[in-house]
Amino acid sequence: MKKTLLSAALGTAVLGFASAASAATLDDVKAKGFVQCGVNTGLAGFAQPDSAGNWKGFDVDYCKAVAAAIFGDATKVKYTPTTAQSRFTALQSGEIDLLARNSTWTINRDTALGFNFRYVNYYDGQGFMVPKSLNVKSALELSGAAVCVQAGTTTELNLADYFKANKLEYKPVVFEKLEEVNAAYQAGRCDVYTTDQSGLYSLRLSLSNPTDHVILPEIISKEPLAPAVRQGDDKWFDIVTWTGYALVQAEEFGITQANVDDIKKSSTNPDVRRFLGVEKDTKIGTDLGLTNDWAYNIIKGVGNYGEVFERNIGANTPLKIQRGLNALWTKGGLQYAPPVR
Amino acid sequence: MTDHAISVSSHRGEPRVSPIYDPKVRSIFFQILTAVIVVLVTWSISHNVSVNLARANIASGYSFLAGRSGFDIGFAMISYSSDSTYGDALLVGLINTILIAITGIFTATIIGFLIGIGRLSRNWLIAKLCTVYVEVFRNIPPLLVIFFWYSGVLSSLPQVRDSLKLPFNMFLNNRGLAFPKPLWGDGAYLISVAVLVGVIATLAIAMWAKQRQMRTGKQFHTIWAGAGLIVGLPLLTFLALGAPLSFDYPIAGRFNLSGGSVIAPEFVALYLALSFYTAAFIAEIIRAGIRGVPKGQSEASFALGLQPSTTTRLVVIPQAMRIIIPPLTSQYLNLTKNSSLGVAIGFPELVSTGGTTMNQTGQAVEVISIWLVVYLTISIVTSLFMNWFNAKMALVER
Repeated sequence: MKKTLLSAALGTAVLGFASAASAATLDDVKAKGFVQCGVNTGLAGFAQPDSAGNWKGFDVDYCKAVAAAIFGDATKVKYTPTTAQSRFTALQSGEIDLLARNSTWTINRDTALGFNFRYVNYYDGQGFMVPKSLNVKSALELSGAAVCVQAGTTTELNLADYFKANKLEYKPVVFEKLEEVNAAYQAGRCDVYTTDQSGLYSLRLSLSNPTDHVILPEIISKEPLAPAVRQGDDKWFDIVTWTGYALVQAEEFGITQANVDDIKKSSTNPDVRRFLGVEKDTKIGTDLGLTNDWAYNIIKGVGNYGEVFERNIGANTPLKIQRGLNALWTKGGLQYAPPVR
Repeated sequence: MTDHAISVSSHRGEPRVSPIYDPKVRSIFFQILTAVIVVLVTWSISHNVSVNLARANIASGYSFLAGRSGFDIGFAMISYSSDSTYGDALLVGLINTILIAITGIFTATIIGFLIGIGRLSRNWLIAKLCTVYVEVFRNIPPLLVIFFWYSGVLSSLPQVRDSLKLPFNMFLNNRGLAFPKPLWGDGAYLISVAVLVGVIATLAIAMWAKQRQMRTGKQFHTIWAGAGLIVGLPLLTFLALGAPLSFDYPIAGRFNLSGGSVIAPEFVALYLALSFYTAAFIAEIIRAGIRGVPKGQSEASFALGLQPSTTTRLVVIPQAMRIIIPPLTSQYLNLTKNSSLGVAIGFPELVSTGGTTMNQTGQAVEVISIWLVVYLTISIVTSLFMNWFNAKMALVER
């Protein structure tokens, strides 16, 4: 008995040498039957569970779109709430398949951290929020202020750079979790709250008196927020990236969740037919490792980019964010999809 | 196997025992086997990690420590800015951790001692109050105690623009306690020299007084002489130097108080929480230690005519210490390790600054290994010190 135990232990140790994170994420995802998606712990409009415990939001819809592309079913997602600090470790370790958590694409994250970003689902920039009562009109007046910021973010680094470049002094008040930063700002532990502007709009809603706080006009950084995957699995990277481009392309084509079935049946435009996988001999979907109706499934599951935007964070939501940089390229924005052919 | 061992020893005339059943051979075999397994497992883990990191294209190694950190830290005991390195950031965290550990241990010991003795008090109210204290704090997770103090501190203190003005130009608000920062002038180092001289002189007097008491039985008021030396000598030096001291006073700025020194509420909350939490355990250890001294000891002491206070100080406490010190050591270690919970309220201790470093650089394995080594080192040093102290307090047979 003892000997079998020992040899078993030895065997495990020897076997352990070779085992490493699997490279074929798509196969793993298909085998387990769902996409494990890393999202924010709770940022209104981007990723937040509703009262029934269902995750809702702009980033959540991205996870759903990927699931729809793979399974034809937007509900086959499991969510892992991640903090700013835990998100990258979660992705590196293989705990999640995909990180859709308003994370900024930087060269350092792309290279040294071993991630891949390509499709930017939200063009953002860092801003400041202050209580109205302070009567601040510009970020340049903030010298001497205590600034609340989330730990381990590009925000934290931009903040240090901006205040240094403008020779302003400040006291950083740093928390790991968004909820803790909110609580501290609300308790008056700091004068200024800084994060991406989209985040500020969302956070302002969660304050007890949203109208008592103003967002300053300065945008001090470029924050292209992009879904991230691990390096070294190009197939999975392609699927995640082209899911995003499909959302944008659908908006450009004018295909919506409501009319996608009609268009699929009646369209004679070869571009659209190829996109929806009804053109004869199209191989776009199968080349991706999916089925040819992948784009149809995405649109059927979550709608196009514009619908996702308006549903979660757009003008008719409490966040009231304008499309701005995130309008289609045909309307003066930056959302542009490479040709699907 | 036990049967065999017996049969072997009962047949000493037959030395031919199969090596498989020889206890010595077996013990050596299993020790070698264990060592081999440990080495193999360690090697396999490290190999696995490096292979995985290489496969994920993650840069590894400790060279990132010399890189510019780019982030600021709100509470640093050494000079630190966003231009400092990641190594400096970790050092700031380490110093904050040690600061919390030392101040926390000091306070927890005092509170624990008082509560522990209080539980043994003949005064019903005091004994019951101390019992309630122990039961309340001992049965709440330390993280909740920390949140309790933090939200307590934050919500009960006034906003910065309604700061509470205290004497000596001190201000209290929910961003901390601001007080004038002393700026020492020329020759101020002589004052610290004077303090040192005072301490050494006091120690010398204490030794002399003890010897004289042994010889003649006459007592000497060492406490008063020592206090005079330690306080008086630096004071005289200070005056002789022409009072080389000025203050940097906190002044209300547009947003914050500027100037002066500030004790951050995060520090206070963590310090109070850990002190009060650990004190509950220390109180029980103290009580057990005192209870562990046989009653005959104090009875004998009374019979010799010693006062109750002298009996406690010279007979009961020294013997109780032998019971108290070993479990006290583990409470000190607990407090040190619990300081890592400060990350939850944004106190920049080692786990907090390390976590930020880890996130900015992606060097998870390296940062975690630094955490492990640092906490292990702190704990071992604490243990060694307490073991030395224990040996010193141990019963000396005459």
